[in-house]
Amino acid sequence: MDAICVRGLTKYYGRTRGVEDVSLTVAQGDIFGFIGPNGAGKSTTIRALLGLIRPNAGRGQVLGLDMGKDRERILARVGYLPSETAFWPGMRVRDILRFSAGLRKKDCRRTAEELCQRLRLDPARRADRLSLGSRRKAALVCALQHEPELLILDEPTSGLDPLIQREFFTILQERNRQGVTVFLSSHILWEVRRWCAHAAILREGAVVAAGPVADLIGAGQDPEEAFLRYYEEAQNGPV
Amino acid sequence: MVLFKHELRQGRTAFLVWTASIAALLAACVLLFPEMEGEMASAGEMFASMGGFSAAFGMDRLDVGSLTGYYAVECGTVLGLGGAFYACLAGISALVKEERGRTAEFLLTHPLSRPQVVTAKLAAVLAQITVMGLALLAAALASVKLIGETVPWKELILLHGACWLLQIELACLCVGVSAFLRRGGAGPAMGLAAGMYFLNMLANISDQAGFLKAITPFAYCEGADILAAGGLDAGRVAAGMALACAAVAAVYLRYRRKDIL
Repeated sequence: MDAICVRGLTKYYGRTRGVEDVSLTVAQGDIFGFIGPNGAGKSTTIRALLGLIRPNAGRGQVLGLDMGKDRERILARVGYLPSETAFWPGMRVRDILRFSAGLRKKDCRRTAEELCQRLRLDPARRADRLSLGSRRKAALVCALQHEPELLILDEPTSGLDPLIQREFFTILQERNRQGVTVFLSSHILWEVRRWCAHAAILREGAVVAAGPVADLIGAGQDPEEAFLRYYEEAQNGPV
Repeated sequence: MVLFKHELRQGRTAFLVWTASIAALLAACVLLFPEMEGEMASAGEMFASMGGFSAAFGMDRLDVGSLTGYYAVECGTVLGLGGAFYACLAGISALVKEERGRTAEFLLTHPLSRPQVVTAKLAAVLAQITVMGLALLAAALASVKLIGETVPWKELILLHGACWLLQIELACLCVGVSAFLRRGGAGPAMGLAAGMYFLNMLANISDQAGFLKAITPFAYCEGADILAAGGLDAGRVAAGMALACAAVAAVYLRYRRKDIL
């Protein structure tokens, strides 16, 4: 069974194209990179997977469950980190973690405490006074604390300092060794090259390349240059 | 239940400020009654003969020299308008605040169905309105006791009950409107509350505008009508509640399909 399997996903916002005919397969237990320039449709694809938006066409399965019909069952088994993190005013980090766990009907206190320590996040801090990096850490703990089977992470390291980034990827590797699938949307090419086994490149709302990261880069090629070529083609057409 | 409690906590400050403000105004109005009583008795005839102005506030049909008449005119306005503004603001912000504050994405990626989210939020708004209604009734009863008057239980319960129903209707309408919005909300909420109030005044002034009574929930909160009939206009209340139910149904249908961007 694949962790994610999407076929022909199409979403238009009025006349504006979100994604068009996106097909994607992520194997269970993989760390999968999802890359593409701004506006390529990465967040649209993720939002459709999570049922935040209704696609105009296409179908998909997440953890073997239908994307449209089994939304709540999927969300119970998925941890999601949005690209922008916002919390309610007046809440402390521990309130947010407790609230998130409560919505999942789980007692996550031990895992949350451990994650806070590892990511150096003070649960007593007020969430609306946190720096961008600390807000990301709080959202990361929310995504991880219920020990999901699939992690969908949108730009996970933005705002995190290098030490925390290293700790974050260590946690991801540990979870991955336990069988967790990671779907990681990123602009940071070295992250995808270093941590992902497979990747898909999205351009103008369509998947233009997908497969093992080594194959996407090409033998003997400079990895950064190889990825950047896909980006340039997105902006200027094939070069 | 987790989301319901969260909503109550999020709305706590606004709830306390509005409840305290309306209760203080109500109490102040009642506490002024002993001083006003004599003047009101002599001015009652004048108040009743000011044509459209008297009709707009129902003073042509009330004895403002009596506690119940005075309460229906002076406190009824505070209770009706204050309660309507609060209900509209609470109702409209219930859903739209998540998109405005960018918290919708976080909330809706938890294993909750959209109808569950709507139910919890609606229940929280209705609970706050109910507790506010009880607190305002308690404030009114206490202040009537304080001035040494006999408590007109039936009249007070009818007037406060009508305002509670008005708040329920307006809150449901505003939750309905909020499902179609992505930003803002305070403007439409205040506009709806004020608009409904003025529609009722218009209907009171002009016979030709009488049909407006079928639209505005302030029609069944009219103190003069309630005191004269000794009860609420069941037809108008039923129509108002039917409209509220339609708005709630629209929310469930719309929010289930709404794209969260």
